[in-house]
Amino acid sequence: MIPAPFEYFAPATIDEALGLLREHSDAKVLAGGQSLMPALRLRLAAPDTIVDLGKIDELRGVRDDGDVLVIGAMTPHSVVQASPAVNEHARLISLATATVGDPQIRHRGTFGGSLAHADPAADLPAVAVALDASFVIAGTQGRRTVSAADFFQGVFSTALGEDELLVEVRVPKYTGWGAHYEKFNRVAQAWSIVSVAAAVRLDGDSIAEARVALGNMGSTPVRATAVEEALVGRPATADAVREAAARAADGTSPVTDLNGDADYRRHLATVLTRRAVLAAAGTA
Amino acid sequence: MTTTEDRPATEIGNPRRRKEDARLITGRTRWTDNIVLPGMQHIAMVRSPFAHARITSIDTEAARASTGVVAVITGADIADEQGALPNAWAVVSDQQAPVHPSMAVDHVAFAGEIVAMVVARTAAEANDAAELVDVDYEELAPALELRAAARDEVIAHPDLGTNVSAVWAYDSAESGTGGDVEAAIAAARDGGIVIEREFRQQRLIPAFMEPRAIVVDPTTEQMTVWSSTQVPHFVKIFIALVLGIPEHKIRVIAPDVGGGFGGKLQFTPEEVLTVIAARRTGKPCKYCETRSESFMAAHHGRDQWQQVTLAANADGTVTGLKVELTADMGAYLGLVTSAIPLLGAFMYNGIYKFPSYHLGITNVFTNKTWTDAYRGAGRPEATYAIERVMDELAVRVGVDPLEIRERNWIKHEEFPFSTVSGLQYDSGNYEAATAKARDLFRYDDLRKEQAERRESGDPVQLGIGISTYTEMCGLAPSRWLGSMGYVGGGWEHAAVRMLPTGKVEVVTGTSPHGQGHETAWSQLVADRLGVAFEDVEVLHGDTQVAVRGLDTYGSRSLAVGGMAVLAAADKVIEKAKPIAAQLLEANADDLEFSAGRYGVRGTDAGLTLAELAFAVFQGHKLDGSAEGCLDADATLDPDDFSFPHGTHLCAVEVDTETGLSTIRSYVSVDDVGVVVNPLIVEGQVHGGLAQGIAQALYEEAVHDDSGTLISGSFDQYLLPGAPDLPRFETARTETPATTNQLGVKGVGEAGTIASTPAVVNAIVDALRPLGVTDVTMPCTPYRVWKAIQEGEQS
Repeated sequence: MIPAPFEYFAPATIDEALGLLREHSDAKVLAGGQSLMPALRLRLAAPDTIVDLGKIDELRGVRDDGDVLVIGAMTPHSVVQASPAVNEHARLISLATATVGDPQIRHRGTFGGSLAHADPAADLPAVAVALDASFVIAGTQGRRTVSAADFFQGVFSTALGEDELLVEVRVPKYTGWGAHYEKFNRVAQAWSIVSVAAAVRLDGDSIAEARVALGNMGSTPVRATAVEEALVGRPATADAVREAAARAADGTSPVTDLNGDADYRRHLATVLTRRAVLAAAGTA
Repeated sequence: MTTTEDRPATEIGNPRRRKEDARLITGRTRWTDNIVLPGMQHIAMVRSPFAHARITSIDTEAARASTGVVAVITGADIADEQGALPNAWAVVSDQQAPVHPSMAVDHVAFAGEIVAMVVARTAAEANDAAELVDVDYEELAPALELRAAARDEVIAHPDLGTNVSAVWAYDSAESGTGGDVEAAIAAARDGGIVIEREFRQQRLIPAFMEPRAIVVDPTTEQMTVWSSTQVPHFVKIFIALVLGIPEHKIRVIAPDVGGGFGGKLQFTPEEVLTVIAARRTGKPCKYCETRSESFMAAHHGRDQWQQVTLAANADGTVTGLKVELTADMGAYLGLVTSAIPLLGAFMYNGIYKFPSYHLGITNVFTNKTWTDAYRGAGRPEATYAIERVMDELAVRVGVDPLEIRERNWIKHEEFPFSTVSGLQYDSGNYEAATAKARDLFRYDDLRKEQAERRESGDPVQLGIGISTYTEMCGLAPSRWLGSMGYVGGGWEHAAVRMLPTGKVEVVTGTSPHGQGHETAWSQLVADRLGVAFEDVEVLHGDTQVAVRGLDTYGSRSLAVGGMAVLAAADKVIEKAKPIAAQLLEANADDLEFSAGRYGVRGTDAGLTLAELAFAVFQGHKLDGSAEGCLDADATLDPDDFSFPHGTHLCAVEVDTETGLSTIRSYVSVDDVGVVVNPLIVEGQVHGGLAQGIAQALYEEAVHDDSGTLISGSFDQYLLPGAPDLPRFETARTETPATTNQLGVKGVGEAGTIASTPAVVNAIVDALRPLGVTDVTMPCTPYRVWKAIQEGEQS
């Protein structure tokens, strides 16, 4: 279908973009368009104004900033996926990004666009939560930083104000950690039914630190703190991990849809968490 | 004499790449939506969001005032003009059916039914204005669940008073083709085996790649209609019959068409309405549906419940099969909606020779999109039912499922064989296909691995699924169609024209939409006339060019249309003979046609068809004793169906922790008779397998309690892509059909028909030790997981 009419802007700078967002109350930000374009074409969204961030160079790229990696919000998935720095210091992001859509989507879609869209079934939000990433938000009043746990507030809902932009994501370095992204879906190019993002640091044979987060187990990504706590200090064996992973679904309230009911998703969460943690430990 | 050494041995059997591929793959071709005409206007449809409602008012004022709008048309505006859409197949004489308007006037019977249309200067303006059409509805209770609808709990069309459209039955005792099935079941209950099962054939959406599109130009002497259709000849006749436009004032063109799978075997509301819009405004009009509209409003497929009772002796010899079928028509009867269950009626006995059979069919209306042909159309459902219960029978008898099939199938020396459903199978060799499949699959090794996994309690279990299928192709002998209540015929037509420069134009009445007729028919004619493949052009799909034809569906094109092409080519050869005799000053009896040339036996004298075509073009030397034209037309009505068959073996790994089924290997051995182009056959098998596997694992049209289609996009209606499918191992055996001159059978639907039960049989086979005896399609991880939970509890 054809989108409803809208006014289109393609600013060259962040400040220019913020100015446009302030001027136009019913504006949507176009950050790759892999979710927004279908919504526009189906007329599920019909904003008066589109602010396309595609021409803002300062929003693109991955850079090393000491203890953290900084990923520009408009960095395409394909660039994140190919980044040696991301692969070395935040391998979980590389692995999860490789499962986003298909190559065409990964060339158009962006890291920040996916996060700001906050689809509960998306891949990157759970990864950002697992890795304790920080979200740098620019507004007309200046910049503020929000933790991943606080950024995601609900289905398609984030800490971003109407005239704010996500400009970059700061990810602490997890150099030497093992990582695995376990995505469960019915066909390769579909949203996950449940996904698990896991990163572990081993000390000898035992788990020294663990980061585990679940995707699509609620309206926002869920940090599996019970699992993390149960893993620390335990050997990375099948039995120990199984025991810890059994707590993966604690406190979650996943949806029921055509792909399964809440019980099934809770069951999947435990199975997939076990697999994700064991696989992550295997690469550490 | 000229020798044939310069040419490939034969074109038939040559795996040529398809002529049409470059333009189809790049899309730089004549898709209907690519057609742009001067002054062309665009149409947007307004569709009912409700499954069942009365229209209380329609306010079009805002839409009419919208930028670029030329006209806004409601059902009331055209109530006297639009006629009723046809159903061409009354399966019983007292068949019940509601009037089927192209645009609803005061009552809508499914979500997606058209209630108004906007004609505007641009597609965007038409879309914008369509949103401004304000329709008031009074919602009515929808009839949704098929079995409840069959009990008339809620009536889909209150004026009709019932949801039951037709009740039809075939009984072997009554028809004299076998014994009494009730007696067989009664006997089996006493010391034999009776298996009773209920299977769900879920509703599917054809999901062709190119959505339907129509362009109508009313300014030409013959009104020109381009439509993305499988059946341009049907469309022409039905425009005449439904709208009262004289048939000779209509030209229909199916340009390149991006898939159909039966979904474009239809005469559609959108075609009627685009003609009306063009006629009313006097300007060309285009309608191109969105994918969402295609999901909602293009006809759906399958949607049946099958109650199956199989009777057998204790040794596993089948003695009878009884099937009670409830089929969802949806809201209306489309072109052949009513006959889809009937087209499967003769296939429930499959490749087996049991002595008694009964099939009862109840056709039922609901408030859903109407159903109609979808790849296989009745035969996949039948094949699924018999192949699923044969596996269950093997379990009851305690033998390998291949063994139980062999005990019951028709032996190759028993052909021709009259079946219990009244067909005559001309040929087949089930032993050969099965032996080959078994080898390629490494059947015994996989059974061994399966046993080991069961033994070790591996969370990933292995299942082996079998499907030994046959089907009926070459739709169809006209006499048979007439006897079954279909209003049309089943013949096909072709013309072969020798051009003055020796090139050849072949005109076919079939209408390819991805099948590769241009390539395959060129191969047929190149061999028959002894001309180069490159010198043959195949024309189709335009009623000004292909004047006669019955189009493409039911795996009929080669077995019927291809044979018409050969018949026309043979006539060309015959017509050339007296002319050659005259020009060579020889006795016609001394002439011999070989490799494209008439030669005088025992001499070097001769003339090629190209030389004869030029001589005819000049006419200088003809004495008038023979018609000065080599061109020929031929109409061919098949004597009987053809019956492809094969053995498909599928290995599925089922992750018992998540319920995920993954196909590990798939072997198909198909016997489609003589093969004209092995590459095209391979492509048909691959695509067919993907589509049949998709029914087993992925696809299902799902509605909510109000009748809204939930699976209305590719997000929810899953199609497998290349990453989701295994590497297919395909092979063939070749038992020529005896029902046509080349021995071909048909391959368009075989893969789809065979593969669905192979996959589900494999999943059930994997999980049988866990107490699972069936999984409802599509076998989603959730459903499989639940089946495991329930199996463990029982």
